[in-house]
Amino acid sequence: MMRQHLAILCDNKPGVLTHVAGLISRRAINIECINAGYTEEADVTRINIVVSVENRWELDQAVNQLAKLIDVIKVVNLDDAPFISYELAMIKVQSPTPQTREELTNIAQLFNAKIVDVQRRSLVLRLTGREDHIEALLEMLKDYDIIEIARTGQISLSRGEMAVKDM
Amino acid sequence: MKMTGAQAVIECLKREQVQVVFGYPGGAVLTLYDELYKAKFPHVLTGHEQGAVHAADGYARATGKPGVCFATSGPGVCNMVTGIATANMDSIPLVVISGQVATPLIGRDSFQEADISGITTPITKHNYLVKNVKELPRVLKEAFYIATTGRPGPVLVDIAKDVFDTPFEFEYPEEVHLRGYQGHHVGNEADVDHAVEAIEKAKRPVILTGGGVVLSNMSDRLKHIVQQMHVPVVTTLMGKGCVPDTYDAHLGMVGMHGSYAANMAVTKCDLLVAIGARFDDRVTGDVENFAPNAQIVHFDIDKVEINKIVHADISVNGDLRWSLPLLDEKLAAHETHLADRYGEWRTFVLDMKAAHPFATRDLPDAVSPQKLFEEVQKWTDDDTIVVTDVGQHQMWAAQFFDLNKPRRFVTSGGLGTMGYGLPAALGAKLGCPKSKVVLFTGDGSIMMNCQEFATLHKYGVDVKTIVLHNNVLGMVNQWQRLFYNGHCAESLIGDNPDLTAVSASMGVPGTAVHKPEDLAKAVEALFKTEGPALLDVFIPADENVYPMVPGGKRLDQMVLGGEGK
Repeated sequence: MMRQHLAILCDNKPGVLTHVAGLISRRAINIECINAGYTEEADVTRINIVVSVENRWELDQAVNQLAKLIDVIKVVNLDDAPFISYELAMIKVQSPTPQTREELTNIAQLFNAKIVDVQRRSLVLRLTGREDHIEALLEMLKDYDIIEIARTGQISLSRGEMAVKDM
Repeated sequence: MKMTGAQAVIECLKREQVQVVFGYPGGAVLTLYDELYKAKFPHVLTGHEQGAVHAADGYARATGKPGVCFATSGPGVCNMVTGIATANMDSIPLVVISGQVATPLIGRDSFQEADISGITTPITKHNYLVKNVKELPRVLKEAFYIATTGRPGPVLVDIAKDVFDTPFEFEYPEEVHLRGYQGHHVGNEADVDHAVEAIEKAKRPVILTGGGVVLSNMSDRLKHIVQQMHVPVVTTLMGKGCVPDTYDAHLGMVGMHGSYAANMAVTKCDLLVAIGARFDDRVTGDVENFAPNAQIVHFDIDKVEINKIVHADISVNGDLRWSLPLLDEKLAAHETHLADRYGEWRTFVLDMKAAHPFATRDLPDAVSPQKLFEEVQKWTDDDTIVVTDVGQHQMWAAQFFDLNKPRRFVTSGGLGTMGYGLPAALGAKLGCPKSKVVLFTGDGSIMMNCQEFATLHKYGVDVKTIVLHNNVLGMVNQWQRLFYNGHCAESLIGDNPDLTAVSASMGVPGTAVHKPEDLAKAVEALFKTEGPALLDVFIPADENVYPMVPGGKRLDQMVLGGEGK
């Protein structure tokens, strides 16, 4: 399986995400994560998806099918050129004692994570990084009681001056 | 110009030069129908919303213009779902306008509410939910543009009930601005050059024509290309008529019920040029061994179709209105040379064609489907539109009925929708009043939308309906007899009502034929009847459609049948 990072530029209209998500499900495209957000243009939404595909053929099918949607302006496979990819994770952990709080603070420092909420019995770590970086932190936190995790999934940009809309 | 949303819809239809709307009123579209009434806009009231959408589809296939239909919210437009899917599979331009419950009621499970834009997302080219009247003119302009350009398809516009009532300043956009969609698709000229090179090198080429040639109105260009190369041609169901069936090197339909010569030619050719075809599984049989000796050249407007099923060695992605004229010009330089070079191959395939024609049994006491089609052919001309339902009769119509023009074979190919024929014939006749329209149907299919006989009668629409009546769901029954130990599970329909009485009760006179010796006279009488009429022709229940490529087998593994020869 290859994991590919697609950037989809589409009209910022109601129903767009339904059209994209509907197509992904009915064409049986395996999706690792999906997120959407505003862009530098008010009427354009950028949907970032990571798909798992067996081969190039399956990828091309996915890209061409997505590109065919009327509200989709452009689909680019970022893996075809150097790109950067990051994700934000927030992890709520049990910290019933001052000692665990201190241990968790140390771990946070090692990973460059921030502690963004501290309560008597819990705290929340926030980490931005590559996927493996987040996985490594989660591995370290296995010795503690994780209450819940929220992750954005990866968002990606190509390196250099070129924008997806100009590719 | 100040007007309401409902007036705006009617105004948009006028601007788009819509001649007729097929539809059925209801709560959410009362205001729309009130405006239609006041504007005296031409409207055909069918007996069922499914009839309306198939009629719009038949109209679109026969005329090339978009078919337009109206339905109310919830059950109304849900009844159109099958028709929308039918149009979508065959790339037929439709604009379906439905009423939705009023904006404040959306999402509250209100009376007659259904999320039709959600339901139809996978079966439309695009769809809209309009909640703000100001968007209405732009949305309708886009809907017609999207439906009719590029690879055509159905577009649904769902309009909230209160939008119809809301006054606003109407302005119809001159142009469409869609960043993610281009209506015209010009491809890469070098791809056409590669195709020409391949054609020059080939010794055993075959051209496979598909529905795209019909949709792009490129039949004449293709005919010219075919004639100057004098190349063997095979067709898909949807491509029937774009190269005349009477062209001497036309081998007929390819695929599951294709001709021996067509299937063997595809198997043995060294170059297959597919034009506007999408390699449906009914065409390819075992796809791994489809055209095993051939280099494949694929012309298609839709990039998704290239390499979707069959790997194309050379692909020409672009509108056929661009690529075929270019191909024609580039080939013109090789005229006689190419036609001569294929001589031996042509003889080979034409010998196969002569040795294995399509045939059904000729039994002394029963009407043979083949004879029926031959008899009907005598009463028709090149402009006659043949409409079919789905099943054995559909395949026989494709096999036996010669058509020489595009848009003269109206059939549900991709979806295979039983019940399509009668309403589609209604739409086709309304679109082309000067053409004769003949519907071939089965005793199973006709019952699915037989309420539309009343519509034929009410509007005086001259459709001649011919039922191939075998008292079974023929194609289902054929498979059961061949592959399911003869268990005719729920495929025996001999206790159906008398079809001549069914149609007569709705004002369409009907006659039944049982004996072969009565056939010619009955067909003559049918065509001499003024207005719509029905001929119920009884054929043997155990007649099979042959050749037949069993599911998953290679095209050259077809079963020939041939009891009749």
